[in-house]
Amino acid sequence: MTAILRSYSLRLLPQLIALAAILLMVSFVFPGFFRLEIQNGRLYGSLIDIFNRGAPVVLLAIGMTVVIATRGIDLSVGAVMAICGAVAASSITSGHSLAMTLLITLGTGILCGLWNGVLVAILDIQPIIATLVLMVAGRGIAQLVTEGAILTFNDPGLIFLGSGSFAWLPLPVIIWLVFGILVALIVRKTALGMLIEAIGVNRQASTLSGVLTPVLLIAAYMLSGLCAAIAGIIAAADIKGADANNAGLWLELDAILAVVIGGTSLLGGRFSIAASVLGAIIIQSINTGILLSGFPPEFNLIIKAAIIVFILVLQSPPARNAFTFLALLRASRKPTERQAR
Amino acid sequence: MNPKYLPLTATIVIFVLSYALCVAQYPNILSTRVIGNLLTDNAFLGIAAVGMTFVILSGGIDLSIGSVIAFTGVFLAVVLENTGIHPLVAFAMALLIATLFGAVMGAIIHYLEMPAFIVTLAGMFLARGMAFVLSIDSIAIKHPFYGTLKGLYYKLPGGGRITLIGGLMLLVFGIGILIAHRTRFGTDVYALGGGTATAKLMGVPVGRTTIMIYALSGLLAGLSGIVFSLYTSAGYSLAAVGVELDAITAVVIGGTLLTGGSGFVAGTFIGILIQGLIQTYITFDGSLSSWWTKILIGLLLFVFILMQKGIVYVSRSERRHA
Repeated sequence: MTAILRSYSLRLLPQLIALAAILLMVSFVFPGFFRLEIQNGRLYGSLIDIFNRGAPVVLLAIGMTVVIATRGIDLSVGAVMAICGAVAASSITSGHSLAMTLLITLGTGILCGLWNGVLVAILDIQPIIATLVLMVAGRGIAQLVTEGAILTFNDPGLIFLGSGSFAWLPLPVIIWLVFGILVALIVRKTALGMLIEAIGVNRQASTLSGVLTPVLLIAAYMLSGLCAAIAGIIAAADIKGADANNAGLWLELDAILAVVIGGTSLLGGRFSIAASVLGAIIIQSINTGILLSGFPPEFNLIIKAAIIVFILVLQSPPARNAFTFLALLRASRKPTERQAR
Repeated sequence: MNPKYLPLTATIVIFVLSYALCVAQYPNILSTRVIGNLLTDNAFLGIAAVGMTFVILSGGIDLSIGSVIAFTGVFLAVVLENTGIHPLVAFAMALLIATLFGAVMGAIIHYLEMPAFIVTLAGMFLARGMAFVLSIDSIAIKHPFYGTLKGLYYKLPGGGRITLIGGLMLLVFGIGILIAHRTRFGTDVYALGGGTATAKLMGVPVGRTTIMIYALSGLLAGLSGIVFSLYTSAGYSLAAVGVELDAITAVVIGGTLLTGGSGFVAGTFIGILIQGLIQTYITFDGSLSSWWTKILIGLLLFVFILMQKGIVYVSRSERRHA
């Protein structure tokens, strides 16, 4: 058990170090950063804010991780968020109950995922193009649902999902925490995770060895659609309305970035949902940190780009080779120690 | 017919058919005025799409072009407002920066072996960020030289005008076609799209070609930024968001395979015209909402991808029987 725990923490080490470094840097320029206080029965503070604001990207990153592990990519998640937000708003304003609304919205997200999955798994279209179709058309569809306006609603139940709190934590944080753990358990406590990695490493070989490749591929895209639907509900509930133009705009890029920072290769194979969640939190920490530290907001994107390039260069194959070389060099300098083992 | 020409032929057939449908409903679409405007309104997109065609032919992707267009526009506006530099010199500076920017991205992609998707995504953030740093306001360009440039046009019979930027787009497409099919660099790009390993074995200088492809895409994005600033007479850091998507869509509708190695620059031109035609039709109709543009283009994208799949399938089974 301790061995498993150790290998797990070793896997997450680079992300944890990066996150700690960023948080520490922010706390230098913004002294009250780590302060937490309880007001009106919930925790307040910059840290909680990061977890709360990061909820949509964390949720998208969970689904994106599984899709990327199959050597795919889902560009449509931002547009699906907009569609689902629009569906939720129009359903609640037309008098459906909250449970019905949630059911319809989550169903819509899964349906969008099914569409992507069928294009990729059955029609055998490259994932980046297959999901581009929905990315281009999605915002148009969302506007069709909202009829071009920003649909506002004031149903307390739906709003609670975006800004309520439970057990001192904001509800979005609880939602992604529970959902993330659930997905991680499902893929890791069963053979599903391994089969998904097998598809990512070599789709043809896994099909030949009896893996139900099309079913798993479609399921992966459906999971991504479901994540986008939950993220869309949270984003809509947060602003008490559905904005077809701006909901989830460019979040697909943030989600892909979160997965890459989390160390999952875009070429498929080994994946870690926890690392992707950490990646999403890192991105949100950068965003919040830049805001808090009082840099002129014009510099946000440049700093973000610089940090991303730095993390990516560290992960690139040549850099990794250099690290391995250095480690080998150090190991060869202590031959006696190695023999003793 | 050679199956390699099938996607291009299908694109042209669809364009002619949809144009005929539009003309049947609104005969005025046939007028040279509408055609001239079609070229002018899509000039910046077309020029950027030529660069995107080369990138996609090589099997890569460039997400940074929209940001580079915005950066170029802001750069020109700031330089022209605060210094006495002549616009032509400013143009040269902007093109140089954009080309270097693309070349650096190409070098990172090649030497650090990172996916083009992520590298150009970081480039997209960086270019947009640099535009923000230069100015967050929309700056009008009032230089008299801009007025002169905008006044240049070739008058067509029927009152239509091919403006300077519309003509420039046609010129860029012409040069793009020549580069793709008549130069060593062009064949290297196609070879790279067929597979890096095979290209290397054939003696293609992979590193140099990759850097040149992204430099070319940067150069054309810069040129597109200049055209965009002529078109809008302003520089704004939030302009041209999502142009990279429109360019990718035009390339795919134009019959280029996103896997690389197969396609034509001329097809991209038709792809641009089809997108412009949809927009023109919606403007003519007046009652259709603008979001139908996106849905229609998405649908078109889907049809073309299916068609390409079908063609690849058919040509493969033919090869098997032969």
